[in-house]
Amino acid sequence: MTDKTTAQDSAADGPGQDEVDAPTTRSAAIADVAEGTSRSLSADAFRSLRRNPFFWISSVLIFLFVLMAIWPSLFTTYDLGFNDLSKSRETPSGEHWFGTDIQGADIYTRTIYGARASILVGVLATSGVLLLGSLLGLIAGYIGGLTDTLISRIGDIFFAIPLLLSGIIFLSSMRGVDEIWGVNIQSDFGVIIQVVLVFVLFGWPSLMRLMRSSVIQVKPNDYVQAARALGASPMRIIRRHVLPNAMAPAIVVTTINLGAYIAAEATLSFLGIGLRPPTVSWGVMINDGLTPLRASPHILFFPALFLSIAVLAFIMLGDAVRDAFDPKSR
Amino acid sequence: MGKYIVRRLLQMIPVVVFSTFLIYAMVFAMPGDRTVGMCGERPCPPAFVAAFNEKYHLNDPLPVQYGYYAANVLSGDLGENQYGNSVSEELAERFQVTAKLAVMALAFEGVIGILAGVLAGLRKGGFIDNLVLVSTLFVISVPIFVTGFAAQFFLGLKWEIFPALASGKDPSLFALILPAMVLGSTSLAYIARLMRSNIAENIKSDYVRTAKAKGLSPRRIVGVHTLRNSMIPVVTFMGYDFGALLGGAIVTEGIFAVNGVGGYIFTGIGNRDGIAVVGAVTALVIVYLMMNLLVDLLYGALDPRISND
Repeated sequence: MTDKTTAQDSAADGPGQDEVDAPTTRSAAIADVAEGTSRSLSADAFRSLRRNPFFWISSVLIFLFVLMAIWPSLFTTYDLGFNDLSKSRETPSGEHWFGTDIQGADIYTRTIYGARASILVGVLATSGVLLLGSLLGLIAGYIGGLTDTLISRIGDIFFAIPLLLSGIIFLSSMRGVDEIWGVNIQSDFGVIIQVVLVFVLFGWPSLMRLMRSSVIQVKPNDYVQAARALGASPMRIIRRHVLPNAMAPAIVVTTINLGAYIAAEATLSFLGIGLRPPTVSWGVMINDGLTPLRASPHILFFPALFLSIAVLAFIMLGDAVRDAFDPKSR
Repeated sequence: MGKYIVRRLLQMIPVVVFSTFLIYAMVFAMPGDRTVGMCGERPCPPAFVAAFNEKYHLNDPLPVQYGYYAANVLSGDLGENQYGNSVSEELAERFQVTAKLAVMALAFEGVIGILAGVLAGLRKGGFIDNLVLVSTLFVISVPIFVTGFAAQFFLGLKWEIFPALASGKDPSLFALILPAMVLGSTSLAYIARLMRSNIAENIKSDYVRTAKAKGLSPRRIVGVHTLRNSMIPVVTFMGYDFGALLGGAIVTEGIFAVNGVGGYIFTGIGNRDGIAVVGAVTALVIVYLMMNLLVDLLYGALDPRISND
């Protein structure tokens, strides 16, 4: 894909480029021109994506959030653990940009550090769902028959329980368990893994259904039949022909899901059953801000703002990618 | 059509059985003490634990336990909560409040969502279209509990336009307006977007061109030809959404202290009341599945292509 875009870019940008390549045979030149006019779907999509301002806005925002998650001290001057009880619930000022919370901790610092848990849950959960869902969808759609029926019916069972409800039940009953197989599951990271686990366990069916239906659409195409007639192995057919042509809807939904899982994590933490202090996440901070809401709304406002912007960025990116892949929108 | 209904009903049975089993297993198969929190901040006396385990058959293997539980659920008995009240009776009372809230949310999202979607879809790329796209993007992005608290803080507490809480056994319709708007806001955005893309696509179709060519008024072309065909997916969405609204109101009901099923689960989690939570969630999942079934059957009747596969 990258080769094609650069080839076609140079053809579009500099006509002088052709003269440098001139001593090639005529047929090669014709092949070049043909490649310039007929682009693959993904190259085409990327071209229209680059012209979409929403794509750039969301990409920059996501880059910032990921940077915050990896390297929070880049943005902050205070330590995460720093708090001054004599400065409890101060409103935003030059010293504390977002004010301070009940404990006198700097809200700006905590909001920046809160990105890590939220982004981590979102990334891990969506990767898990993408992997499990698309693998099972691929198997169900490609093999069909009894395997398809079995996978689809199992998916129906998990699909029947709404995500929030399953999260509530799973996490509230895990609360009484301290360790499994000698691993402490109530540690900071242990709770994050619990939340991720429940999202993957109950999130895969929707992606499986999506993948299955696009594989079923791709499978009867001539190029797949041709590859089979030429004696390609099933693995090769799937890798080279089916997967690249069936992935687009799954990628769009995955991007949007990333935002949705970040919001779901915050909702669970807000209900008091997801992450909890001393872990810092936006959901936990919002939960902290509930009690003093009337007197000092700023404690709740800033983490809620960051949370909303993060979710917005992923949904915006998903929208832009979908529009780029949808030929009808052009 | 008859074959479709029968097949759909048969498919539903294993889903109900296994999903309720899954819920049951998640609560009762986990290691740890089931009676934590039932006797305040101290462990329960051994006699109580023994009686509790006996009553809910917790000493039997899991499938047997579930068998007893399923038999009870079928006869309408969802067990007793911490206070010794029947969960099914309490749920029946609260379900009326939740249903009222869900109907109001559905009306709100349906009327405004469809209107916004039609106006946006008719002039794709125009001012209203962009306004609808941007505003729905914001509504979808802001998590519902943030929307809820913002609405409660500004509309309820600061400007005092609506009551900030809708507590009590039978809250008035006026008190439910604010929670209903919050509850319906996300779906409103989806309906507006769905309607917009349907209208924009259908307005370019052949039958609309034919209608124009034979000289029908624009009002009739949009109102009858385009709208009717664009409505099918939206009506389906609203049907599924009604099932979700009945079950997904946990956060909203928690914020506005509505005494509905969601609020029941909200307090149940806080009190670590396993029996109450499992009973309420089981009931909700069954209602949710029933609603989905109803929509599928309705959809099969509305669109003949579905049932003739």
